[in-house]
Amino acid sequence: MLLLFLLPSKSFALIEVDITRGNLSPLPIAVSPLAIDEKSKENFNRILTKENIGSEISIVVENNLKKSGLFNPLNKDAFLQKPEIANLKPRFEDWNLIKAQALVTGKVTFVDEKLRVEFRLWDVLAGKEMMALAFTTTPSNWRRVGHIITDKVYERLTGEKGYFDTRIIYVAEEGLKTKRIKKLAIMDQDGFNNKFLTLGNELVLTPRFNPTNQMVTYLSYFRNLPRVYLLDIETGMQEVVGDFPGMTFAPRFSPDGKKIIMSFAEDGNSDIYTMDLENRIVERITNHPSIDTSPSYSPDGKYICFNSDRGGYQQIYVMKSSGKNVKRISFGNGLYGTPVWSPRGDLIAFTKLHKGKFYIGVMRTDGSGERLLTENFYQEAPSWSPNGRVLIFYRETKTNSKGEGFSAKLWSIDLTGYNERLVETETDASDPSWSSLLSN
Amino acid sequence: MNLSNVLKNGFLIIVASLVLTACATQKKASTGQMQGDVYTGTDTVEYLASGVPDRVFFATNETVLTTASRETLRKQATWLRKNSSINVVLEGHADERGTREYNLALGERRANSAKDYLMTYGISSDRISVLSYGKERPVDSGSNPLAWSKNRRSVTVKAN
Repeated sequence: MLLLFLLPSKSFALIEVDITRGNLSPLPIAVSPLAIDEKSKENFNRILTKENIGSEISIVVENNLKKSGLFNPLNKDAFLQKPEIANLKPRFEDWNLIKAQALVTGKVTFVDEKLRVEFRLWDVLAGKEMMALAFTTTPSNWRRVGHIITDKVYERLTGEKGYFDTRIIYVAEEGLKTKRIKKLAIMDQDGFNNKFLTLGNELVLTPRFNPTNQMVTYLSYFRNLPRVYLLDIETGMQEVVGDFPGMTFAPRFSPDGKKIIMSFAEDGNSDIYTMDLENRIVERITNHPSIDTSPSYSPDGKYICFNSDRGGYQQIYVMKSSGKNVKRISFGNGLYGTPVWSPRGDLIAFTKLHKGKFYIGVMRTDGSGERLLTENFYQEAPSWSPNGRVLIFYRETKTNSKGEGFSAKLWSIDLTGYNERLVETETDASDPSWSSLLSN
Repeated sequence: MNLSNVLKNGFLIIVASLVLTACATQKKASTGQMQGDVYTGTDTVEYLASGVPDRVFFATNETVLTTASRETLRKQATWLRKNSSINVVLEGHADERGTREYNLALGERRANSAKDYLMTYGISSDRISVLSYGKERPVDSGSNPLAWSKNRRSVTVKAN
């Protein structure tokens, strides 16, 4: 067990957040509304139609911290100190009284049509400032400001990078199960700022970000020809990846963003290929009469994990990125699919089917230490948060005897197996893929 | 033992066996649409022409053609030979009990099993294209073994 002592060594280590196990006693934290002067308040209200943007930003922070499962944001009604005074010099006794161990304060001002934010993190028990930061951005970015503050607080208190200033790309679903309409959609990690990227005229599946989060690779059934596509999120430009005579699918970017790895199916056989996006050179990585699919690179780009039924049933294999040294790593009971290499490099997340139940689990990259995090009627396709602490996946419900009641939703769960949560989406949703941190 | 007792017993036995038969028949009716876990019913089947079913069914995780499937495909081949201007798309499908990407590959393999068989019966590969839908287009939205068996299929669709 790893305990993180976070305060300078001279003071007592009073605040510690252990993220290596399910946190049964989340850290009590007070997130004070960010102070705002009347003039700034009016200006932001005019631009954003939010009465008090300082308070709105603090709610974003509060919700993020709460959903992480590691923090317990305290009820604001109990706060004794006014935001503007707390940000200058908190009266620690007051915050101590409501059992806050950490306190977030801040101030928002309207400067040259921009949003300027400063915030501070305080250790209530030690009576010390732990961190102070200020930044300026366009007002419409106000939710991102909340996410960035959360990332800084999370990092300072856990010792690991956060995952809040991120987006999720996914497939939005609607309609009958037999005639599902699917669109690419993108949203902030907390479900806000949802945007559809395709119209739903053709079936689309399995979108995945490139490392800089500007491009997405996915499968589209445009003109009934299922092929891997590339989409530029800013410009909306789409193009087919490569010139294959049959279905290409299961695409992902290489960690350097230069290649796309995917499966190509021909004459009943699926093998893994890469295509270099610069010189368009296609390379065959596996050559086996079995189904080889769902490839995912290790973060250093040296290895690839994938699933194959070459042993008779769907199992997980690891090989060098050249395709050499193929080694089976899953040996438990059942079928294993959708392996995804953790951004930390030490684990592979997967879907497992055993005795009619679906599991999301993790194992070490040599296949040892298998741990199942969640069991359900149907769930698959885990995707890692950029810090490798949380998995997002999708889950489908069992229909009733009349075939009614189908739904598909996104869920997240901690690597610890605790803190399973529904990720709210406007429509039904599947195939989530988590971006890296947008600001770094 | 007198005769009336014999008759009575015999009668009872007959009645009992009738009840058993009734039970057996009932049971058969509810599972009669599958053999192993391959769908053998006709609920979802459409016809390319009179007597020419459009689809074949597969066992879980399997791509091997059953005897019944081969018979259906031979009928399709005969029909295709007679209608040489018609091209077809073989649409391969999987049930919902598998991961999306693997199922895309599985659907492609199922459609190709059907394609290979049509080719051995003299249909040129130029006339056949293959399209996998994986688990994206079930015909039955149920979450039960019978529904899944209907969804594990390769459907021959006229392309022109």
